[in-house]
Amino acid sequence: MDQELKIELSKHGIFTTTFEELYNWGRKNSVWPLTFGLACCAIEMIATTMARYDLARFGAEVFRASPRQADLMIVSGTVTKKMAPQVVRLYNQMPEPKYVIAMGACAISGGPFRDGYNVLKGIDRYIPVDVHIPGCPPRPEALMHAFITLQKKIDAQQLTGEERPRHLKANEPSEFPVPEFGEHGLEPAQNPDVFHPLRILGQ
Amino acid sequence: MTQAISVEEIKAAMEAAVPGCRAEILRNESPSAQHSLLIDHEHAVNVAAFLRDDMALRLDFCSCVSGVDWPDREITEKVKVKKTVTTPEGEAQEQDVEETRKTMIPGFLEAVYHLFSIEKKHGPVVLRMRTVNRGGDARLPSLTPVWRSAEFQEREAFDLYGIVFEGHPDLRRILMWEGFADYPMRKDYVPPAEDDVEAVAK
Ligand code: SF4
Repeated sequence: MDQELKIELSKHGIFTTTFEELYNWGRKNSVWPLTFGLACCAIEMIATTMARYDLARFGAEVFRASPRQADLMIVSGTVTKKMAPQVVRLYNQMPEPKYVIAMGACAISGGPFRDGYNVLKGIDRYIPVDVHIPGCPPRPEALMHAFITLQKKIDAQQLTGEERPRHLKANEPSEFPVPEFGEHGLEPAQNPDVFHPLRILGQ
Repeated sequence: MTQAISVEEIKAAMEAAVPGCRAEILRNESPSAQHSLLIDHEHAVNVAAFLRDDMALRLDFCSCVSGVDWPDREITEKVKVKKTVTTPEGEAQEQDVEETRKTMIPGFLEAVYHLFSIEKKHGPVVLRMRTVNRGGDARLPSLTPVWRSAEFQEREAFDLYGIVFEGHPDLRRILMWEGFADYPMRKDYVPPAEDDVEAVAK
């Protein structure tokens, strides 16, 4: 719809919108996160939801204790290799549309424990991540920034056409393989459909 | 807390109470001066029970069990030896020659127990045990029957160092999963390579 006409109509008390706008507006303002925290970053996430920072202002006040009712997974903290299968399983149990924020150095790359034997080097090896936040731990403002970034992303999603998001494409997966405990680490070490190694240009 | 009783006294009391036990004092030259007692496998449980029950010592609390990995070491030393050499003139002559000698010191695994007495308010007494080697003979007697608090910590030392505690009631991995094959706290452990950087041609 022509933007000028829309403004003109609104001056006369007529509100016009598209179905897509209404749908995205509703979704982006009621993103319910899943209640779970993994390490120190979780403390910052908890602080974000409390009175001082008040994530409720953005429509994310209801942390759901069941993945079936959650839209957003905030991976807040260190994902140990022993915990990784459970995190992927929780993600699989969430209904579409679902989003992931990887919060903190640990969740995006393994952080200070990257060279250890027990920590996963980033949750993006197994599940698709929408927003990465660096920091150890990221401040509540950073989490809110990530949240607003996610809202912008949701707002820009189209309902039709090739650009439509994953949950509107029938043949795209909504579940991802859960890694197994192997003899030397998790098997597979990453899901090649999801994780793309950093490419460095050589000679 | 204070070290009310010196290691020498403990060693003497131990040897008197448990006939045949072999203990060795390992000195700690740092300011803490926490000397420790290295005890043999055979009498370890009896020695531990003595330390716990003796009226003067009453070491009723095992606060900490640690594993230590001592890998194989190679020592190079220079030694002077006398050798008969033939001079250019054809005479046999004795000379001092310097030689480098390499000695291999085989590695072992060690468990360290820190003991306190809550009743007598003294401690710590440091107890050590060493395995024969780092391979198939990495075995030690478990002291869990004497101090229950050692149960999880011995499991942890088993999990991360591969020390098999004989007589432990429930020796399973505790931090890593069943079926994990490595002992990640050993010095020669190499974590599996995970490629997250890919070099591509320009
Ligand atoms: S990134 Fe830092 S603060 Fe966050 S979980 Fe890891 S170590 Fe803790």
